[in-house]
Amino acid sequence: MAAADPTETGETTGVTGTAVAGTATPDHDDAGLEAGLDALETPRRERPSLLTVARTKVLPPVVAVVLVLLVWQLVAAAHIKPSYALPGPIAVWHAFLHQWYLGTVGGIVGTSLGRGALGFLLSVVLGTPLGLVVARVRFVRTAIGPILSGLQALPSVAWVPAAIIWFGLSNATIYAVILLGAVPSIANGLVAGVEQIPPIHLRAGRVLGATGLRGIRHVLLPAALPGYLAGLKQGWAFAWRSLMAAELITTSPDLGLGLGQFLDQGRELSDMPMVLCAIVLILVVGVGIELLVFTPLTRRVLTSRGL
Amino acid sequence: MSAAISLESVSKRFAPAAPPVLADVDLRIAPGEFVCLLGASGCGKSTLLNLVAGLEAPSAGRVRVPAGRTAVMFQDHALFPWLTAGGNVQLALKARGVPRAERRAEAERLLALVRLPGRHDARVHALSGGMRQRVALARALAQDASVLLMDEPFAALDAITRDHLYAELTRIRLALGLTVVFVTHNAREAVRLGDRVVLLAARPGRIAREWTVDLPHPRRIESAAVAGLSAEIIDRLGEEVAGADV
Repeated sequence: MAAADPTETGETTGVTGTAVAGTATPDHDDAGLEAGLDALETPRRERPSLLTVARTKVLPPVVAVVLVLLVWQLVAAAHIKPSYALPGPIAVWHAFLHQWYLGTVGGIVGTSLGRGALGFLLSVVLGTPLGLVVARVRFVRTAIGPILSGLQALPSVAWVPAAIIWFGLSNATIYAVILLGAVPSIANGLVAGVEQIPPIHLRAGRVLGATGLRGIRHVLLPAALPGYLAGLKQGWAFAWRSLMAAELITTSPDLGLGLGQFLDQGRELSDMPMVLCAIVLILVVGVGIELLVFTPLTRRVLTSRGL
Repeated sequence: MSAAISLESVSKRFAPAAPPVLADVDLRIAPGEFVCLLGASGCGKSTLLNLVAGLEAPSAGRVRVPAGRTAVMFQDHALFPWLTAGGNVQLALKARGVPRAERRAEAERLLALVRLPGRHDARVHALSGGMRQRVALARALAQDASVLLMDEPFAALDAITRDHLYAELTRIRLALGLTVVFVTHNAREAVRLGDRVVLLAARPGRIAREWTVDLPHPRRIESAAVAGLSAEIIDRLGEEVAGADV
């Protein structure tokens, strides 16, 4: 095809200026060939059928959960431990139903979720500029970068006694512990996200003239978004476990009843089904938020970038 | 005639004690001229391009670009994957200060110019390698610079796609009267595209020889004239590389 077009009409029309406006002549062999090449080379993607999704994505975790429940029930039925110490899943389910009919479940989960969400949002508000400064200012990075990584490794439950001494048995204690747990994760996630930016993107931004605040807004932040999202996801996990640690220890009639306090009540009553019910609820809420919020968000960002 | 780009005794070293990457380079490029910088890897041709782009400063000598703004195209398309094809072009327009209301139409016009009409909303990853480089070209053109600096922009593409982009680039640069500095290690590519081929020698990087390419457009990379001149250049390049080993 190329050999049949030795005059390269593309160039000659371009020289006279017609193609400059983007109006390629209709009998344009080059354009036709190019479109053909483009079509050949353009990646194609097929959507998997609903059945395939169900078989490959939904079935395995469902099987795993059923297996765990089955083994749990078998172990409980074997009476290795007395049933008040190791109730089976059915007993725990009854404990849950009992709370459900009392109408307390929604309030308990709502209290914890509200605290978790508010604490997490505060952590985002504080962690994001902190991460940005650490990532971009060499002095700050050398100064507090290692401390930030160290804080991430410190179990935030270690902060609970200190926070109780500072703030007493109050919501302030709970939020302080969440912040100390989640802010380092979020800041570190953003730092990692900025580090993973291919240098070519930053150079391209510079040669385009996107510098300063405009460079941060249009190049740096969007380029760092995948790492930042991973940091947010981890930040949520840290916020949630920090919250549980804080609620478990900070129990007081003045404070609203959250999942951690509910768990502690179960311990005080030696009510093992209630304890296990609380643990399962903590797990379900933590995983649920991850699956409902962070997983779709991450997937959307990654697929839109072809990753 | 005033130059679009002029380098006067330019030297570049990356550390005071390090051997120079470029030594005493003099180069004048006329407005509308297409100059290919040819050389083996490590001869400093990309560094030379970065100096002209203002991404790096010379250690000695003067780099002047009286033509004004420069646009750069890299080997990697360097498109932002979080934006669409048109979004990438529009970001360049925004950085240049084009009012928001005009950006979309202008981006679509530039995409049509590189023969990607109707691809404004295409995701970068959904485009082929050749199409991505054309979007990158449209984004560079969006800077409305009279100087286009290209660092091996087609090196990662297959031969068929590359051949078509040669024609596209020649068409566009002649139509717009662009001054182009094109870095390559491919002598045929240099002769196919350039008005002038500048051979750089390595260690330190300096101009070894120049050829004026007096062939009319359109040129074909398979033609005897292109092949003949590039054979001569390759021979000379071989001598330079052999000389550097001694």
